[in-house]
Amino acid sequence: MIMTETDLHVLEPDPSDRTLLLEINDLRVGLRRGRTETTIVDGVSFDVDPRTRFGIVGESGSGKSMTLRAIAGLLPGGTEVLSGSIRYRGTDLVTAKPSVRRGLMGPEIAMIFQEPMTALNPVRPVGDQIAEGPRRHLGLSKKEGRALALEMMGHTGIPDPVRRVRAYPHELSGGLRQRVMIAMALACRPKLLLCDEPTTALDVTVQHQVLDMLESLCAEVGAALVFVTHDLAVVNKTCSDLAVMYAGRIVESGRTSEVLANPRHPYTRGLLDSAPDFDQPGRALVPIPGLPPSIANRPPGCAFAPRCSRAVAECDSAAPILTTSTDHRTVACFRAEASGSEISA
Amino acid sequence: MLHRLIFVPARLVQAVPVVLGVTLIVFFMSHLLPGDPALAILGDKATPESVSALRDQLGLDQPIWQQYVHFLSNIVHGDLGTSFTYQRPVTDVVLQAVPVTLTLVALALLLNIVISVPLAGLAAMKPNRTPDLIVRALNMVGQGMPQFWVGIMLILLFGVRLRWFPVGGYGDTPLQHLYYLLLPALTLAIALSPTTIRSLRSSTITVLGSDYVATARSKGLSGLPLFRRHVLRNSGIPTVSIVGVHLANLVGGSIVIEKVFAIPGLGSVMLDAIYARDFPSIQAVTLVVALLVTVASILTDVLYVVMDPRVSLGTGVRV
Repeated sequence: MIMTETDLHVLEPDPSDRTLLLEINDLRVGLRRGRTETTIVDGVSFDVDPRTRFGIVGESGSGKSMTLRAIAGLLPGGTEVLSGSIRYRGTDLVTAKPSVRRGLMGPEIAMIFQEPMTALNPVRPVGDQIAEGPRRHLGLSKKEGRALALEMMGHTGIPDPVRRVRAYPHELSGGLRQRVMIAMALACRPKLLLCDEPTTALDVTVQHQVLDMLESLCAEVGAALVFVTHDLAVVNKTCSDLAVMYAGRIVESGRTSEVLANPRHPYTRGLLDSAPDFDQPGRALVPIPGLPPSIANRPPGCAFAPRCSRAVAECDSAAPILTTSTDHRTVACFRAEASGSEISA
Repeated sequence: MLHRLIFVPARLVQAVPVVLGVTLIVFFMSHLLPGDPALAILGDKATPESVSALRDQLGLDQPIWQQYVHFLSNIVHGDLGTSFTYQRPVTDVVLQAVPVTLTLVALALLLNIVISVPLAGLAAMKPNRTPDLIVRALNMVGQGMPQFWVGIMLILLFGVRLRWFPVGGYGDTPLQHLYYLLLPALTLAIALSPTTIRSLRSSTITVLGSDYVATARSKGLSGLPLFRRHVLRNSGIPTVSIVGVHLANLVGGSIVIEKVFAIPGLGSVMLDAIYARDFPSIQAVTLVVALLVTVASILTDVLYVVMDPRVSLGTGVRV
């Protein structure tokens, strides 16, 4: 795996802009039925600085998509934010009025979904769908909206936008549809772009192009990125910082390059060992045994303990707390791999 | 858009055997009814001679297949025979009644939309909550009430008690026609709306949970703009085909309702013709109704294609 810090110098926060863009504190998302709560996302906290790219990695059901949907206010029916706060430039989105929230969605915060086929309205031309947000939030006329749609389609690398602006989603390929999604999300020049596995549904050959385009457009617009994926290679390519989620909790976070080069949590280690690595073609893949726990039935101790090769008795009785070491890396594990933190702490 | 409608001519050609089949069935069925048309026209006190003379005049003496062939060739010439009861060309009688029934059905469809879309939307917003439960209960009640009874109740309430609407008839000016047809159309719409609401409610729930509605919300849309631009058309697509299927029932229902409200439409002509054993009129009305239903089903297909850009019918060519 290539461990270069992709364009990090470009993405360093602007020193003049010291306020945090997004500040998530002890977020809990789940189902509430009467007085019983079922937690899907359990005490997640992280910050995103302006113009940075933050990745959330985890298996299906780890709560990464739910975290993202909570930020966007698009939690599926039945689920809700149980506690915690999501502060966007100081405004708590959890307690904000729906109208305030709607005002932010588009010009401030935008979202890209995993499946570009189902995320676009099948019965409306894509140009109209791109222009819809800007027309609503920026008050553009129909003509200006069309012009902006054409411009954005050009920016996202859609060939022949003049013809395609009238196309319906089913007339476009998956890659083009995802480009339309990106054009749509960035049309209002948001400050924060939430991406839910935006390249998972695409062919590998197209994935790379779309990621490159997404990165350069975000840099141009000045948008920070929160990027949810299960694909470590994509995170490594795209994100400066990452958090690894397991069973609704963050188990490890830090600089992408450092975490992937030197994972401290056994789960992160397991993820890396189970993913193919083209730099070491001969290496055998080591799967993580077992399955993640169901949300209704999480073990009392560390949720990963039943699958962990390093687990000791302590792991089954108490849940490890996420602790930050002096090198700005956090990990929630009693048996974290040896590192600077244990030496210096 | 036009190139996606090239299935229409083919569909029209397909309709020809359907209409022919209808004429065949109805022609023979009406001859199997007990009773003699000549006797029915002349009454109980007619002499056998006069009955026989009339049978001769009406061509009822000819073999039945000759009557049918004769009938078909006349249709092609626009001649549907002479009504026994009205003593006028049947074509005139029917052509006078067609616009009345068409207006009634169109008005009923419009009212059906006006009733169903808001109620289904309301129910789908929060499934299993109070508004949804009320709408579903109304649906059940609506489905349980016979059409003619609803018509009579509406007449009693709005016609007799409140005197807002006439109790029956058709009026003289176009505006009056609409006014007179409102109650009967409402009756038909009430009968049709439970089906429409049920279909629209469930498809709206599906659409509201879809990814593209989440996308629309992520653009800051909500409420009516969201509903109008991203929900209604998508959830309406399956409903259009269901309403299209029920259109034939609607025409059937209008026969009874026209009688209840004394409206001079196809239904009234049909019922009178059946009572009088007026064969030419029965045949003509059935033929026209079959034609209307066929055209309506083609129009349903057209609407389906117009609403859903993904659909292309009958050509086998994906555009």
